[in-house]
Amino acid sequence: MPIAPAIPSADAQLPATRRDIAPLLLVPALMLATLPLVGSWSTWVTLTVAGLAMGMMIFIMASGLTLVFGLMNVINFGHGAFIAVGAFSATLVLLPLRSWLEMDSLPVNLAVLALAIVVAMLVTALLGWAFERLLIQPVYGQHLKQILVTMGGMIVAEQLIHVLWGAGTIAVPLPTALRGAFVLGDAAIDKYRLVAVAVGLVVFVTMYLILNRTKIGLLVRAGVEHGEMVEALGYRIRRLFVLVFAAGAGLAGLGGVMWGLYKETLTAAMGGEIMVMLFIVIIIGGPGSVGGCFIGALLIALVANYAGFLAPGIALVSGIVLMISVLLWRPAGLYATGRG
Amino acid sequence: MLRQLLSGDLPRSRSLTALLVVILLGLALAPFLTSGARPLNTAATICVYIVLVASYDLLLGYTGIVSFAHTMFYGIGAYGIGLALARVDEPTWGVAMTGLGLALLLALALALVVGLFALRVQAIFYAMITLAVASSFAVLASQLSDFTGGEDGVTFSVPHVLSPAYRLVEHEVFGRHLDGRVLTYYVVFFGCLLLFLFLLRLVNSPFGRVLQAIRENAFRAEALGYRTMVYRIWANVLAALTASLAGALMALWLRYVGPKTSLGFEVMTDILLIVVIGGMGTMYGAVVGATLFILAQNYLKEWMAHGSAALDGVPLLAAALHPDRWMLWLGLLFILSIYWFPVGIVGKLRLRAWLAQRPTRS
Amino acid sequence: MERPTPNMLAPDPATRQPLLRLAGVHTHIGQYHILHGVDLQVARGELAVLLGRNGAGKTTTLRTIMGLWRASSGSIHFDGADITRLATSAIARAGIAYVPENMAVFSDLTVRENLVLAARNGPLDTARVDWICGFFPALRTFWHRPAGNLSGGQKQMVAIARAIVEPRKLLLVDEPTKGLAPAIVHSLMAAFRELKAQGATILLVEQNVHVVRALGDTASVMDGGRVVHAGPMAVLAGDAALQQRLLGLSLDTQP
Repeated sequence: MPIAPAIPSADAQLPATRRDIAPLLLVPALMLATLPLVGSWSTWVTLTVAGLAMGMMIFIMASGLTLVFGLMNVINFGHGAFIAVGAFSATLVLLPLRSWLEMDSLPVNLAVLALAIVVAMLVTALLGWAFERLLIQPVYGQHLKQILVTMGGMIVAEQLIHVLWGAGTIAVPLPTALRGAFVLGDAAIDKYRLVAVAVGLVVFVTMYLILNRTKIGLLVRAGVEHGEMVEALGYRIRRLFVLVFAAGAGLAGLGGVMWGLYKETLTAAMGGEIMVMLFIVIIIGGPGSVGGCFIGALLIALVANYAGFLAPGIALVSGIVLMISVLLWRPAGLYATGRG
Repeated sequence: MLRQLLSGDLPRSRSLTALLVVILLGLALAPFLTSGARPLNTAATICVYIVLVASYDLLLGYTGIVSFAHTMFYGIGAYGIGLALARVDEPTWGVAMTGLGLALLLALALALVVGLFALRVQAIFYAMITLAVASSFAVLASQLSDFTGGEDGVTFSVPHVLSPAYRLVEHEVFGRHLDGRVLTYYVVFFGCLLLFLFLLRLVNSPFGRVLQAIRENAFRAEALGYRTMVYRIWANVLAALTASLAGALMALWLRYVGPKTSLGFEVMTDILLIVVIGGMGTMYGAVVGATLFILAQNYLKEWMAHGSAALDGVPLLAAALHPDRWMLWLGLLFILSIYWFPVGIVGKLRLRAWLAQRPTRS
Repeated sequence: MERPTPNMLAPDPATRQPLLRLAGVHTHIGQYHILHGVDLQVARGELAVLLGRNGAGKTTTLRTIMGLWRASSGSIHFDGADITRLATSAIARAGIAYVPENMAVFSDLTVRENLVLAARNGPLDTARVDWICGFFPALRTFWHRPAGNLSGGQKQMVAIARAIVEPRKLLLVDEPTKGLAPAIVHSLMAAFRELKAQGATILLVEQNVHVVRALGDTASVMDGGRVVHAGPMAVLAGDAALQQRLLGLSLDTQP
């Protein structure tokens, strides 16, 4: 006569895991929370748009880095090289076609900008391919050497920019049609910032669609979890690696162009300077997670902007404070991909 | 006797021994072998960098930890002594020691906090976190300009014995006045020598062996009963304190502290370059590497300038050889070292000596 | 007494070549010498069972065949070709499907996406998918749910479904029934039987004696990184002393 209580069968259905929406609420919550603190509607709008624009650019720059790390377990301390090279490559289009940029015509300006972006992305994707082949492939699996080698690569790339472009600094004024701001009541919204936000959204949506609706995207998502099994299913995962690496480099190049125009100056060190922030974003978002990277980038930019206004003293370290806060809540980042 | 002094870690290669002896003698007798301020400055920089890189080798080469916070500790030591001496009217040894003591306490606290928080995570994350912490620290230092002197830094006076006006004896010795600068140089030299021997003792002790075991296979070390976290934190703390002391010595020599010289990322890059090219995990690699690097940094650029002028017509090559581009060549050398010299110069010399010793097979 | 005609006993020459043949395979992992010269053969259309105690080297053998670990010496021939030095993806494309011990189901992908990925030669064959769902109805239920939400048994179904979503020449299956309820084990066995009936060749690592007895055509027993016994299942099943000596247990235990 059975006395023990009925033990559920080993294959009883587990309760369905809820979609993890808490991190998705962080950005809207932050925006809403600071509105009363800032007080003035117009200031809040300016700060928020600036934060969103910067956040989008940071996302674009960091997205390649996080994907490469998640998929290939490769840490690229030379990622900044792609940002700088992308920005400088854009000058190959922006400088000769300067007169078109000075025309007050949105379609013409955008066309030149688009061409510059295409050139920049091609150059950086090519550089990324070379980087992967020459520097990274020989040191797969050896994190220490990866860190050192990629740092070396960035130093060399930065110096080569000096050699190839002569000066280390180039001024790139904004196209005429993108200068100035829209006025919304009391608030002024920079036109270029809107463009940055738009581009960022396009990149994010495109990445989302590719990752979730195409076979390549499936491969990347599966590879992030279990590269060995993907290989056992018959796919050459090395080719996937190279492709993702080059794509990540191209994205960094795009980010570099947007970032350079935002600052209206290009410096050879611009990529290296921002590496710290990119790393913080990746740690916050969870390595390998594009969604986490998106949220992390927006958070860090918004926090920096709000803090700059509300508490200038801590604005500079707001990134670290944010990182520590997030890690205390979720030690593996907002969206951990299960990689140990 | 020599064996004991070097804690059993002999060079094991005749060329290496010769090189080390030359460097040691050169540094010991630098004030008398050279004239003028610049060579002495180079020598002092070499001494300090040897210790700075050797302490980094403790972390990287012996324990297998990549940290970007090393310059932060270097800067803390420098600023400790510098700010203390700058903020008082009468620069005395007491003031200097107090400043140094406070700096060491800060370094200890930071090393413990960062270590406890971050050493439990994967190596990559630790590297990124130290990078973030160090750059925030650097930003803070330049922003709190009232306290730290901001971007420009702070100059200060040193205790009278070390100042240029002081004279130990009235006449010249071997062509050099024994003034405060020379005395300061010997403070730096002996200080660095002691610190280096201390590090050598450390890595050849049982503690050092455990560190190397952890570097090779942390999992197995843990399984063998060694609490790897504790050892890593100890390594972190010791490396940090040594770097701080090196920073203090440097500040004493320069009579100046500033974010560029003490906290800049350039210093971190230099350390990495030296430790890889010299040879990770060897300690002597720091000696050889730092000497070559600093000498090259100061004197090679002149050669590059000549080369660049000579190639004036050729478009890209002239730019590539311009002395400002010396980092380009160093970077290439760095990358090549990682692939082909993974053991660095010292490792290569030792390997060659070892191969030469083996009985040839018939 | 009539002598059996040779034709009745000798297999067709075309299929006489074993589909998979390992000869003297050694595998080192780091400094550990795991496989000490494995000799193994699997004939076409048979379900070969690989038995042995824990740590005998069964999983290592499968992984070595799949190229996930490199054989340090010896040779592996599959369908006439030498696959010893090939990359894993090439081995998979040669027609071998692998169901690992930990299933390696992609948790972030839905059940459907897991199968789409496995169907590398084109879109999913709906007829075949229907057939698979016949064994594993749970797959239908969870078709669009992330595979990470599934229970252990259901994940196992996904893992096996992945291996058979397209016809493959050889299936390597590592302990599929471990920790599963009897009902699921039944479904798995039915699936394996069907596959066999369709002519698939299977190399199965299993410890469940009921499954072993019911399904296996041949049995190879491993111990200490070597195959110490190989032969028809009937021989092993009929010799209790042999079972005790090789496996330390009896194959007669009730399911």
